[in-house]
Amino acid sequence: MTAPEGPPLVEMRDINIAFGGVHAVENVSIDVRAGEVIGLVGGNGAGKSTLMRALSGAHPADSGQILIEGKPVTIANPREAKVFGIETIYQTLALADNVDAAANMFLGRELTTRLGSLDDGAMESATRKVMHRLNPHFRNFKVPVKSLSGGQRQGVAIARAVHFNARILIMDEPTAALGPAETAQVRDLIRQLKAEGIGIFLVSHDIHDVFDLADRISVMYHGRIVGTVQKDKVTTDEVLAMIIMGKKPGEVTTEELAQLHA
Amino acid sequence: MTAPATQKVTREGGPRSLRSLLLSTEVDTRLLGMIAALAIIWIGFDIMSGGLFLTPRNLWNLSVQSSSIAIMATGMVLIIVSRNIDLSVGSLLGLLGYTMAMVQVMWFPSTPGTWLIALVVGIALGALIGGFQGVIIAYGRVPAFIVTLGGFLVWRGLIFEYAQGQTLGPMDSTFQLIGGGPLGSLGQWPSWAVGAAACVGIVYSLINSRRKRRGYGFPLRPVWAEVTLGVLGCLAVLGAVFVSNSYLWPDSLAHNYAVAHNIVEPAGGLQIPTGIANPVVIMIAVALVITFIATRRRFGRYVFAIGGNPDAAELGGINVRRTIVSTYVVMGVLVAISAAVQTARLNAAVTNLGVQNELDVIAAAVIGGTSFAGGVGTIPGAILGAVVMQSLRSGMVLLKVDSPVQDIVVGCVLVAAVGLDAFLRRRSGS
Repeated sequence: MTAPEGPPLVEMRDINIAFGGVHAVENVSIDVRAGEVIGLVGGNGAGKSTLMRALSGAHPADSGQILIEGKPVTIANPREAKVFGIETIYQTLALADNVDAAANMFLGRELTTRLGSLDDGAMESATRKVMHRLNPHFRNFKVPVKSLSGGQRQGVAIARAVHFNARILIMDEPTAALGPAETAQVRDLIRQLKAEGIGIFLVSHDIHDVFDLADRISVMYHGRIVGTVQKDKVTTDEVLAMIIMGKKPGEVTTEELAQLHA
Repeated sequence: MTAPATQKVTREGGPRSLRSLLLSTEVDTRLLGMIAALAIIWIGFDIMSGGLFLTPRNLWNLSVQSSSIAIMATGMVLIIVSRNIDLSVGSLLGLLGYTMAMVQVMWFPSTPGTWLIALVVGIALGALIGGFQGVIIAYGRVPAFIVTLGGFLVWRGLIFEYAQGQTLGPMDSTFQLIGGGPLGSLGQWPSWAVGAAACVGIVYSLINSRRKRRGYGFPLRPVWAEVTLGVLGCLAVLGAVFVSNSYLWPDSLAHNYAVAHNIVEPAGGLQIPTGIANPVVIMIAVALVITFIATRRRFGRYVFAIGGNPDAAELGGINVRRTIVSTYVVMGVLVAISAAVQTARLNAAVTNLGVQNELDVIAAAVIGGTSFAGGVGTIPGAILGAVVMQSLRSGMVLLKVDSPVQDIVVGCVLVAAVGLDAFLRRRSGS
């Protein structure tokens, strides 16, 4: 593990998000350093995606602080998040199905000519370059993304996130819709981005993905953080116990661990 | 992750089916289908009416009648594409037409440039009312159907309050030119000039897009496809000009003109070609502007993205609400332009001005391939849709079909066209 120095790239402090009377996220604090992958795990409805939506500006937190390199910031909408270099790959991919790969990649950040018209040529050219890096076989640049395969769509969503020099990447279940070969591709990409010094929040319910890629693992349980652990200091069973029972490695008994496999 | 290499089919010299030929021209096949359907309608009516349909006079009238619906249909495409609707356009058209008539008849009757004041007031009011409805829809979160249904009732009600059932007229003589008629047309040589300019534009845009694609190293269309497109496009334009020039001024008008200008009339009277009608010129200008906005500007891209996936648009950082309001402002402006065309053509504002127009406009957009599911629609399609609608009506008038029966036919055609389209889309799997 690299020794942490200075403030983290992103720190979320005491974040609270409620929907009506339901506390989806309660007093959660989490952080990521440059070149680090944080695995964010938890059961359905644990609040992982909601927490990340606060960081990506899709649904701002009710209270709490977000600090980027130690400086408090406010992120009111997705546009402001992007200004800070926070890019998100949503679980739903958030693609406009009726337009092509280039239009999706530059959605909201279109390249324009000097007169303010869309520069489709430049956008398609840039898209071809990025997609070639991610998926050299990709050819369907002129068709609406709805006619692409799940893997290709995922590729477009990832291309959009990495093209704009992200510093912080939020990946919400990036491999959920993919086959084995494509999953391996995405894992390679995550390692590559990590090596480039990008801080990554990897939201997943696939414990193997997380153990494979993450440096630290933060476990959420009913809207709270159970704990954040160094990956190489815990076993998968201990993390499972955190996910399922909401108990930290020291609090869980051997009988309870045995029950996980029953 | 393999991709079908459709573009290679023709270049490898494989079997050239009609389908692959069409694919290599990259022409919108559903637009071609509509042109084919229109051809069938035209030829069918011509045969049934004993050759009355495909005459310069009838086609010229058809072009004028289609333009006011087509102008509004271009804006309706943007609204339906972004998953909204506007039921208020007919009533709004009435209100704006009435307002423009008030400017000319009551408020500034003998002011020079009263036609311009009328236009500016009408367009500004159209934008304002459109924007007002848009704000309630986008920021007030009231469904567009409800807001514009309200508008449908309110604006029509206002006309009756305001006008007390009176007909307002006549319009300013310059204003009347907006509505077409022999005087409100380009005449022979300007029509040819417009046609020539359009041909230059077609050829230029083909060459320019090819040059750009080559610059980026993208796949190019085969040369024969480019040439075919260019030739067909130019022929269509020149043909339209030829037809409009073949429609001659009525004898009495030509006679008056000859007398007024001291021209010696040849045997059989003076023959003055009418040329392209002003409403058609306005419609073409509107279509070009709206197509440009829809395909080449951010606003248009956002409208389509919102229709495809509103959440994705929001997450992409698009200001969805402001975009929605803008579509209604554009619609309001287009309604004002149509209102000017209709009042100028009637040379009066009547209380039932624009009644049922909302239905014709929506039908034109939908027949033209605009999908209520959002995200899909084209401006040329909507214009063709308007022409199809108007052709049906005009053809049935020629055949002396009663008005209620006309409505039945148009209603059936609307449902059948959209049903057929849905069927074909399902089958082609797109």
